[in-house]
Amino acid sequence: MVYLSDLNKGEEAKILGFEAERCKDIEFARDLEDRLLEIGFEEGLTVKILHEGPISRDPIAVRIGQMTVALRRMEAAAVKISNGKA
Amino acid sequence: MNNMPKTPKDIKIALVGSPNCGKSSLFNTLTGSRQKVANYPGVTVERRSGNYTTTDNQKIILIDLPGIYSLKDRTLDERVSREVITGVHKSESRPDILLCVADSTNLRVHLRLVLELKHLGLPVILALNMRDLAERDGITIDPKILSKELGIPVVNTVAVRSGTLEDLKAELSQSISNLIPPKDAVQSPPTRELQKQARALAQAAIVSEGTHHKVTRQLDKVLLHPFLGIVIFFITLFGMFQLVYFWAEAPMNLIEEGFRLLQGFITTILPDNWFRSLLVHGIIAGVGSVLVFLPQILILFTFILILEATGYMARAAFIMDRLMAMVGLNGRAFIPLMSSFACAIPGIMATRTIEHHRDRITTIMIAPLMTCSARIPVYALLIGAVVPNHSVFYGLLGLQGLVLFGLYLVGIVSALLVAAVLKMTLTKGVAQPFLMELPKYQLPVLKHLLINLWERARIFLKRAGTIILYSAIGLWVLAQYPKKPLGATEPDIYYSYAGTLGRYLQYIFEPIGFTWEISIALIPGMAAREVAIGALGTVYALQGNENQIEQGLRAVIQNSWSLPTAFAFLAWYVFAPQCLATLATVRRETNSWAWTGFMTGYLFALAYGAAFVVNKVTIALLA
Repeated sequence: MVYLSDLNKGEEAKILGFEAERCKDIEFARDLEDRLLEIGFEEGLTVKILHEGPISRDPIAVRIGQMTVALRRMEAAAVKISNGKA
Repeated sequence: MNNMPKTPKDIKIALVGSPNCGKSSLFNTLTGSRQKVANYPGVTVERRSGNYTTTDNQKIILIDLPGIYSLKDRTLDERVSREVITGVHKSESRPDILLCVADSTNLRVHLRLVLELKHLGLPVILALNMRDLAERDGITIDPKILSKELGIPVVNTVAVRSGTLEDLKAELSQSISNLIPPKDAVQSPPTRELQKQARALAQAAIVSEGTHHKVTRQLDKVLLHPFLGIVIFFITLFGMFQLVYFWAEAPMNLIEEGFRLLQGFITTILPDNWFRSLLVHGIIAGVGSVLVFLPQILILFTFILILEATGYMARAAFIMDRLMAMVGLNGRAFIPLMSSFACAIPGIMATRTIEHHRDRITTIMIAPLMTCSARIPVYALLIGAVVPNHSVFYGLLGLQGLVLFGLYLVGIVSALLVAAVLKMTLTKGVAQPFLMELPKYQLPVLKHLLINLWERARIFLKRAGTIILYSAIGLWVLAQYPKKPLGATEPDIYYSYAGTLGRYLQYIFEPIGFTWEISIALIPGMAAREVAIGALGTVYALQGNENQIEQGLRAVIQNSWSLPTAFAFLAWYVFAPQCLATLATVRRETNSWAWTGFMTGYLFALAYGAAFVVNKVTIALLA
């Protein structure tokens, strides 16, 4: 399986689904899927990594539709994406 | 709920919307400067309300609810919003109409909240905001389709331009005259279901898709560049600080001079009695010592507001997030902490941009550890007196500068340690996601900047001002009474309550090497840090103008303070919360006496501990 956290700058992929349970913190995982949905992540949409943070390439800024969303790679690890280019 | 028909002036409309939809701009444009900002009781959620006059000349109340993505009670903002909208909030009565603001360039996401709001039993009007940006990006939306599908009125707006609000204003009047009584809220479907509906709706209403905002895309390539981005970020910060000091200098001198003239004037027109002393040495001196920081505070606020309004603040958070995450904080904490290097008050007030309550509290708690400008006179005096002006490292660095740098560093490192400890103890809890939209870049609107700046200034003057006024009077009483007995030899303050208190405090302060003179000076020094210098001057009975007193003090410190005492005094000032205005601000921003008390306590404890260690280590080294 490939996740959003595995992508490099400039790469894009299609969102397949969410696996918040990949986060170690159960409480954190419970909210994460809803929060991702609410800010605009959705199955079938294309995501592209636009920018990476200066330290350890974290956090990342991704484009979904018309907007740019910043998130940490740890959070991006919950977003399941298509293998290879969208 | 009463079912009596409401008189028009009772009508209340609540603005609801996701972050970055331009809701606050719309609120500012509709209400102008006729607005009030406070906190909801018991929580740190800001309550903004204002008056709006409809086209039918009815006065109605607008409230601006916090920016939220949904109403699930996960954050304080969400809970307060839901309580207000459903009418169960303790102090805020239920609004009559919801004005939901959505970003036209991001309709799919924002429609979900509209669908959720429709289940809450109140009439909803949808304002499709940022119409101009949507047009520029080639996005076309048909409001008629949306209105038909949603079954609510839908209007286009450009919040920053009041001329574009005709449709909205007409719709507001229309909805008020045909007001539907509120119904009970019903359970809304799960997020996923709402999102599916929102997507279908957006697809039906969006005539053309458009592209990702071009200016934003181009700017981000530079401003979020892994190398250039950091360089620009630090140049911005550096420039900001240069200007804070550079621009503030003249008005600060002016304020100081003004208070001095006022003191002189009152001295000449009033007879020498207790009342004149209260006015001149108590109120004017005390309030003046804090007001002198107002220019710095306002300039800092201006920069912070510009960073916010342009959308750069979110980028700054992005750049600094990894670093801040190391101590369990969010990238958003960086700018407030940075501002605290000039003054903790704007820094603490700027933490409002931190969405999560616990992160916000942690940031507030460590903000006073950043070396603020009021400490500089104290540091400069002490370092000038006890640190030799040698150069070290083969003449590359001055020893005095190095010590000053060390004091800044100790503050920063302690702040990070305290943050890390707090995150493991008092502010412990589920980690909060960083997840945040990077808004489109926009030019700030001068009028909105001024409204917000005035609001911040008003809060500072009102909140800190009243506390400063009372404490100035209190500290004056402590320092003036009882009067010196006849034939006594020590300076007046020695015989006063402050003197007595200081001499008792000396038992506590003796282990850290403080003399009774220092202990006494610390009491009036609670007003603001740099006041301690003047207070020391009083205790040592020095005469003359500011410069002469400083010269005199330098000699006193060199001759009668031991080195361990001087170093301990420096260590004390790294930590001690000797600033009532900051404590008053913390009280307001946290809405909690407990947190204010905790901050005061832990900072004094650290100050005492640090001064003790420094004192004893210096003694050991000199032995």
